[in-house]
Amino acid sequence: MDLQDITTFFSFSNHSLNVVILGTVLLGITTAVVGCFSFLQKRALIGDAISHSILPGVCVGFMLSGSKNPVYLISFSVLSGLLSVYFMDFIKRKSKLKNDTALAVTLTFFFGVGLMLLSVIQNSGNAAQSGVDQFLFGQAAAMLESDLIIYGTVCLITLSIVIIFFKAFSLVSFDVNFGKSIGLPVRLYQFLLTTITVIAVAVGIQTVGVVLMAAMLITPASGARFWTNNMRKMVLIAGVFGGLSGVFGAFISFILPNMPTGPWVIVCLSALTTISILFAPNRGILYGIKTKKNWNDKLNKENILKAFYHIGEPEQDFEKSLSQNDVIFKRYFTSKQLSRGLKQLKKENKLTEINGKWTLTLSGLKEGKRLAKIHRLWEIYLTKYLNIAPDHVHDDAESIEHVITPELEKELEKMLGYPEKDPHEKEIPYE
Amino acid sequence: MGKPIVEVHDLTVSYDKKPVLWDIDFELPSGQLIGIIGPNGAGKSTLLKTIMGLVEPNSGFVKTWGEKIESFKKRIAYVPQRESVDWDFPASVLDIAVMGRYSHKGVFARINNDDRDKAFESLKKVRMHDFSNRQISQLSGGQQQRTFLARALTQDADLYLMDEPFAGVDITTEKEIISLLKELVSKGKTIVVVHHDLQTVNDYFDHILMINTALVAEGPTSEVFNETNLKDTYQGKVSFLNTIGDVIKEQNFPVRKG
Repeated sequence: MDLQDITTFFSFSNHSLNVVILGTVLLGITTAVVGCFSFLQKRALIGDAISHSILPGVCVGFMLSGSKNPVYLISFSVLSGLLSVYFMDFIKRKSKLKNDTALAVTLTFFFGVGLMLLSVIQNSGNAAQSGVDQFLFGQAAAMLESDLIIYGTVCLITLSIVIIFFKAFSLVSFDVNFGKSIGLPVRLYQFLLTTITVIAVAVGIQTVGVVLMAAMLITPASGARFWTNNMRKMVLIAGVFGGLSGVFGAFISFILPNMPTGPWVIVCLSALTTISILFAPNRGILYGIKTKKNWNDKLNKENILKAFYHIGEPEQDFEKSLSQNDVIFKRYFTSKQLSRGLKQLKKENKLTEINGKWTLTLSGLKEGKRLAKIHRLWEIYLTKYLNIAPDHVHDDAESIEHVITPELEKELEKMLGYPEKDPHEKEIPYE
Repeated sequence: MGKPIVEVHDLTVSYDKKPVLWDIDFELPSGQLIGIIGPNGAGKSTLLKTIMGLVEPNSGFVKTWGEKIESFKKRIAYVPQRESVDWDFPASVLDIAVMGRYSHKGVFARINNDDRDKAFESLKKVRMHDFSNRQISQLSGGQQQRTFLARALTQDADLYLMDEPFAGVDITTEKEIISLLKELVSKGKTIVVVHHDLQTVNDYFDHILMINTALVAEGPTSEVFNETNLKDTYQGKVSFLNTIGDVIKEQNFPVRKG
């Protein structure tokens, strides 16, 4: 690899390279977009079944045309793919076998027939046969301009169908019976959706081959789902993932000539999805960890402020300067917790520090007071409305005081009628 | 009482080869709140689905407004059981309510602000407007049910078929929904509800169907909701039909085609 290769790639000046890039990008986008619907219908493995079942179609197409004519290959692939879907459906409806069994039986049966035909072709001595077996693993780098025109057209038609039928496909993926109940031809929509899924798989195996095809359909959708709760945005993001991975696969196989395109497309897709699972806001794993940490920090800080308030409360002197030991004497904190919380509170101007002694600021006092108030109000609520014994309410109030918002606080005050003392005869401090 | 809005003639429906509805015959009056009651597995949901045309009967037929249902689908709103869909679907509450407009506009016309306004109005009626942008997976069971109701209201139909709208719904929500349904009925709509709770039948429904595979009783609640009919529905001799149904299924006996 050298720098010149990289500049050549991104200058997009090499015609045959551009054909490959455009091809992988279009195929990546198409399979990703169509795959969103398979994903949402919880038919993640349908792509795997269809792609394996397409092999006999590829072989028959080759036998009939005597060459790797894409029109023949695609047509017979789609035919054999559709046949497999109806075969699966037939098994499910007419026997007591379950979905996964029907899928496994169909996949292996069709793939077996495909492998058989493949060996017939390889023993036939037809000179054009070399490379038919590449359908197993994809052959994106070998794409010619004439191939691109056909594959590209198929992709664009498929994408247009998705755009036109977007609402229909979303509806049958969410609630078929509702669609039926309002008189929509849901069977037709389902047939169309199945057909374009088969078509997407039939052209998609050009890039990654039969074996990795399921990833092209499902991986982008599963990653995209983490970023949004909106159907349109999800499909867009999946499309971007698919397209980007196409460029990346073409790029790697260009700068490292012995590297295959397809597997690198999948590696890139999987990386994007892993990033989504980890880092996406709201749904990502790290987001959950961060939320938990934020809560822990908040609890810690609020407990410190409350300890300061409690120390000052008996003499109503809230300007005392306290050492860390004074605070720990009132309420137990680990010294790590305490130093961390004190530092954060200083930054937020809730506490000031002089020579290792800490004092409440006005806003810190207000906050500590508020927490003590909510804690006591909540204890009253529990004893009065839920008939819980006064000696059992403290622990509950310890946690609830941290989640009550100012609105709920007002509601609570009103509901209880601004009581003066809590169940332990402690004064409730109002502003 | 107006002329019948739904007519069911000699209906037999089987599920997985076992007959679950047997020779059912009835007519439903329009402008009333109608309950379908019966034990678990009595075929209540299947009856509703068959009326809606979602399930093919083995024999018999259903008519709405005196004709085949196909020509009247715009005037009928179906509320499926809440569990029948995956609530983790990427959609907001408003997205679901707007779907009700599909029954008038189809799925190709663009959804405009007018459609969204109508959907929002429906959400207001079920007090879900504050949640209109919320992702549907974050809703409680009662909120999901109200979202489905809002979708049906957006359809602006004359006949509503609701499958267990009170299942898994808290008591406050149930009271709100029932008063909404009564309001719709007072405006001349007809509502058919699959219902479980016998305690509330007298309060809720003007007219009831009591079924257990066969039709046990049908008529105004005050006339047919009595001890004898209840006994027949819940523990009576009709359960023998179930036994026969099981035999039919086991023996692979062909259920007659009408």
